[in-house]
Amino acid sequence: MAEIRLACNIVSQVEAICDKYNNDPGELINILHEAQSLQGYIPEEMQRVIASKLDIPASRVYGVVTFYTFFTMNPKGRHPISVCMGTACYVRGAEKILDELKRRLGIDVGETTPDGKFSLDCLRCVGACGLAPVIMIGEKVYGRLQAADIKNILDELE
Amino acid sequence: MEENKINLTIDRHSLSVPEGTTILEAAKLVGIDIPTLCHIDLKGTCVKNAPASCRVCVVEVQGRRNLAPACSTKCTEGMVVKTSTLRVMNARKIVTELLLSDHPNECLTCPKSGDCELQNLALRFNIREMPFNGGELSLRKRETTASIVRNMDKCIFCRRCESVCNEVQTVGALGAIRRGFNTTIAPAFDKMMTESECTYCGQCVAVCPVGALTERDHTNKLLEDLSDPDKTVIVQTAPAVRAALGEEFGMAPGTIVTGKMVTALRELGFDYVFDTDFAADLTIMEEGSEIMERLENHLHGDKSMKLPILTSCCPAWVNFFEHYFPDMLDIPSTARSPQQMFGSIAKTYWAEKMGIPREKLVVVSIMPCLAKKYECDRPEFKTNGNPDVDYSLSTREIARLIKRSNINLANLPDSEFDMPLGASTGAGVIFGASGGVMEAALRSVYELHTGKKLDKIEFESVRGTEGLRKATVDIDGFPLKVGIAHGLGNARKLLNEIRAGHSDYHVIEIMACPGGCIGGGGQPIHHGDSSILKARTEAIYREDCGKERRKSHENPYIVKLYEEYLGKPLSEKAHALLHTHYFNKQI
Amino acid sequence: MTKFTISDLEKLRINAAATLTLRESSNTLTSGICCSLSTGTPKMQILVCGGTGCKASSSHTIADNLKSAIERENAADRVEVITTGCFGFCEKGPVVKIIPDNTFYVHVKPEDADEIVREHILGGKRVSRLLYTDPKDGHAVSDSKHIDFYRKQVRIALRNCGFIDPENIDEYIARDGYRVLAEALSGKRSPKDIIDEIKKSGLRGRGGGGFPTGLKWELTAKEKSDIKYVVCNADEGDPGAFMDRSIMEGDPNSIIEAMTLCGYAIGANKGLVYIRAEYPLAIQRLRTAISQAENYGLLGNDILGSGFDFNIEIRYGAGAFVCGEETALIHSMEGKRGEPTLKPPFPAQSGYKGKPTNVNNVETLANVPVILQRGAEWFASIGTEKSKGTKVFALAGKINNVGLIEVPMGTTLREVIYDIGGGIKNGKKFKAVQTGGPSGGCLTEKHLDTPIDFDNLIAAGSMMGSGGMIVMDEDDCMVSVARFYLDFTVEESCGKCVPCRIGNKRMLEILNKITEGKGTMDDLKMLETLGRTIKDTALCGLGQTSPNPVLSTLENFYDEYVAHVKKKECPAKQCKALLTYAINPTKCMGCNLCAKHCPAEAIIGTTRKPHIIIPEKCIRCGMCLSRCKFNAIVVC
Repeated sequence: MAEIRLACNIVSQVEAICDKYNNDPGELINILHEAQSLQGYIPEEMQRVIASKLDIPASRVYGVVTFYTFFTMNPKGRHPISVCMGTACYVRGAEKILDELKRRLGIDVGETTPDGKFSLDCLRCVGACGLAPVIMIGEKVYGRLQAADIKNILDELE
Repeated sequence: MEENKINLTIDRHSLSVPEGTTILEAAKLVGIDIPTLCHIDLKGTCVKNAPASCRVCVVEVQGRRNLAPACSTKCTEGMVVKTSTLRVMNARKIVTELLLSDHPNECLTCPKSGDCELQNLALRFNIREMPFNGGELSLRKRETTASIVRNMDKCIFCRRCESVCNEVQTVGALGAIRRGFNTTIAPAFDKMMTESECTYCGQCVAVCPVGALTERDHTNKLLEDLSDPDKTVIVQTAPAVRAALGEEFGMAPGTIVTGKMVTALRELGFDYVFDTDFAADLTIMEEGSEIMERLENHLHGDKSMKLPILTSCCPAWVNFFEHYFPDMLDIPSTARSPQQMFGSIAKTYWAEKMGIPREKLVVVSIMPCLAKKYECDRPEFKTNGNPDVDYSLSTREIARLIKRSNINLANLPDSEFDMPLGASTGAGVIFGASGGVMEAALRSVYELHTGKKLDKIEFESVRGTEGLRKATVDIDGFPLKVGIAHGLGNARKLLNEIRAGHSDYHVIEIMACPGGCIGGGGQPIHHGDSSILKARTEAIYREDCGKERRKSHENPYIVKLYEEYLGKPLSEKAHALLHTHYFNKQI
Repeated sequence: MTKFTISDLEKLRINAAATLTLRESSNTLTSGICCSLSTGTPKMQILVCGGTGCKASSSHTIADNLKSAIERENAADRVEVITTGCFGFCEKGPVVKIIPDNTFYVHVKPEDADEIVREHILGGKRVSRLLYTDPKDGHAVSDSKHIDFYRKQVRIALRNCGFIDPENIDEYIARDGYRVLAEALSGKRSPKDIIDEIKKSGLRGRGGGGFPTGLKWELTAKEKSDIKYVVCNADEGDPGAFMDRSIMEGDPNSIIEAMTLCGYAIGANKGLVYIRAEYPLAIQRLRTAISQAENYGLLGNDILGSGFDFNIEIRYGAGAFVCGEETALIHSMEGKRGEPTLKPPFPAQSGYKGKPTNVNNVETLANVPVILQRGAEWFASIGTEKSKGTKVFALAGKINNVGLIEVPMGTTLREVIYDIGGGIKNGKKFKAVQTGGPSGGCLTEKHLDTPIDFDNLIAAGSMMGSGGMIVMDEDDCMVSVARFYLDFTVEESCGKCVPCRIGNKRMLEILNKITEGKGTMDDLKMLETLGRTIKDTALCGLGQTSPNPVLSTLENFYDEYVAHVKKKECPAKQCKALLTYAINPTKCMGCNLCAKHCPAEAIIGTTRKPHIIIPEKCIRCGMCLSRCKFNAIVVC
């Protein structure tokens, strides 16, 4: 079974989510959204719980989780960083911002720093194209960035 | 139905087809063979995969902006189709080249070489170089299980295996994961098949067009054992093998090659050539008695005796209920499969008789099945670590070995199985087709129970190709309700009924593979041609008709086995040697 | 609870209209006067943009600060602060607008709130430093009516965005909201009338394909089925397009009314909104609107006592661009992998759960109520022969006025880029405009006077797509841009069909080779061949259009490709592998700043002496270039 043992209360919360959606496999994506909101990611055991509640193969749950970029099986950092890679940000230098973040954090896109402080992801268009290029750290949007701004932004976060 | 006809033109042909016909099917009617790859439609079974994703079958349809996939595009009135224009041929070629660019260049050493649909397309499209060479290969896993070898580097993502595993078998061990270039087919969490619900039915292998899913090969092991002078190597052959082996040697599907097969196995060097059909007869004695016992006790009010009783000959089916219905482990018959009954008797009764020590006796089985390989490995079928059946080879493997040993099966004379374990009846033979176990059981149950002779021994009502069949058979006034399911998806339906308490069956036969053992995962690859399965089934029943004895309880060597060794069916000794128990394997 | 009836709705409309009178009348006000409480304006309103872009710059704090400033001045009874949907002028955000004089404040900060209230609201003096400056003449423009960005726009789909409070259904009702629905349900308009009206209007799908909306409705209406569905496709995935989000944030009720009307027209009782989970604000506003509509009995069972039931549920996307394709979207709503399937069967025949399903995009739906209010003829009088009405574009990139705009079909690119968009940023030269996102292409100088409509864009090798419009200048490398889009496509490909899964990957590899200076002329030919084959053979609409960015740049900027291949040069100086950074010794003052910031320690030199860059160590990150105050860094 999964290496990560889920706490009992998490299991019962996941089961409650499934019940709320009548254990309907058609609601799998809504269920996964809610399940992910519990801990910020959907570990294997959580997926197995969902599969068994919905009476579908675990392979189907896993197939869906790995299809959609919104779902993750890895815990995010305390400060999840998302770099907007929408076209507007791209033409205004998002790639340089991303390179700088990767360099400073020493991690690649989709990874979390070993101390669990930062995780790095890309997303497509925050819709703040007027502020391009933008990154989001948690809920906060940082706009009109240059690579040189990254150091200060990271330093300010505990 | 004239009004539902659709008129269209395909290349130089004008034709009318019924509404709903695809371009691919229509083209076939006028002799145009449009190449396909992901598409498979095993008519008469529920094996179907038409995702229209490989784009190899594209054709030009007049008035359409882009090319249309022939496999899934329905004919429409007045349609004008061109199947071999330059545009079409170039598109097919490029699509195939793209597939090859994400496929290891290992044809020479691939187990599927010569029987690979991708290789055939490369040949057919005159691909002489790889224009996209040097491209990145998608990273995928490899593994070798007891039954199946998975080399997903070779996967072309046609998703036939996924369809079969999910839609037909409802096992759900394999599914598509990730997306884009990194998409692949894998068990949940990209783990190994051994950590999944896989039943090793091998249907994924049976439909895989390339070398991504193949059988675990034991031919080298067998060669070593055969050349070891210290070992006595004996072989048992399952009923469905003789109805299909000829295909590997260019014979028409449905050609029975029993006699030639026996000769070939002797030439390979087996010390004794026996027949699994013998064990099938034995199975009927045990399972039939169990049926009668449970039925009688149940009808006399003993509710601890559960009904219906389910057959247990099929190892993939056993794996299936152990994974998915662990709450119902007391429903199936406890009788071992014929393969295992054979091994058990061979390594006890026969070995004792012959004075061969267990460790020097090698029991090999030739099976239409891949799950049998896994079954050989089950610990409960071993004595001090020594398996009752040492290993199992599929029909395909034995064909390869025969060819490799410079034997041309087609030219061989017929010969007979060795005795006593080669003696069998027609009842044993029909185990190879769906409904066969049931029919064989009915033949014996009727006569043993009523003491009367059957006027007509064919129970036509249990034969057929429907995935789920039910019949009520008159056993001297008692209406015995029987059900037959082949394909695990159909089995699941029956089990769900039983679990819900809605089932009124007395006896149910279940075979994991569509068509029964003749459609097993170890059989020659059918490439989606359902006429092959039909011919094999007919051959099985023909063989039955030609048998001198057609009821298991009339097999004289079975009678002798009970007299000399087992006592009577369901005796303590019979239980120890011929019955088993099941495990909860839920993940 | 007593049933909310049509006459209740009309009463509510009249009451609510009063609160909007101020704003409605300001629409006709064009004089440059500055209103204030002190100069006798009895009531004033302050509209604060609450779109995602402005919220990201703390517009909610601005609204809070404005409110507390007004309270401090005891003016809360006369001055109202209203958070609206997106104004569209995102470049200048956060945006604050004063009603009734239409003063348009830009780049407002939370700390400016006091000053706005003190000087303008109470004092009658505009805060001139916050006014918009016309880039053409440098003059401050006092009110929005005189801002070029708005002058050429015709706002139909965006009619309520930036005007009403999206969290107050009354304001929507006051603007004739739910009037058509009431008419329909009272029997004044039959389902057939509605479909005919939409057909006559010439409305085409705004999500990309441009399929006639009325025809789509008719097809679904014709299907016989116990259950049918209306789906709103709000899975806006095109990077750089955010019109659907803005509509949902700014005018969610228009979507609800349109879906209900569609349900009535085609015989469906169930609506589903498939929305990106990345749009939390839009989701929240939509939810609010749904519950308000339900409370009034404008949604739910027995709407307005008519016996007609219509319920709307929200389904979340989960980050897959391909789910914008309608069959993929339906599979996603069914809890499956979002992989497209072959059409036919179309969703109209077999859609969600196998039932007839009508899928429309957000912007398409936003046009529906207003078409039915004002008539098909009115709508059809706007636009071109085959593309009626307006189109919303998300104008972004190297342009002065980034934002959301709505123009009549047939407007030229030149008008959009130069008049509305205010021209290219920093006075650079226009190079190309990309429309249609990953499915579209790049248009050039020669297309500037092409009237924008569905067919013209396709003829020019691009497409309308959902309406992303990214402007590029001379500094943008078109090979890189093509690679950017293809990278997106490869990342977002569902992987189902071979041409898209492997073909696009191979094209991307070739483009990478070219941008690294390793390409050959054969590669260019191969790109073309592969691109054409993918267009011809891919399974879904997205796959079939995915080579467009490459094919259109190959056609329009072939020389730039050739420069990468033959001269190993990137004319726009973007492709890192082809660049060399050096220091001009005559300009370098030896300030050390570049060396200090160089992440690769590739710059050496002593203070006050010219520095040098060691080419082997340089990672071409451009940090020195952005730090140097003396223009001493040369890129060649």
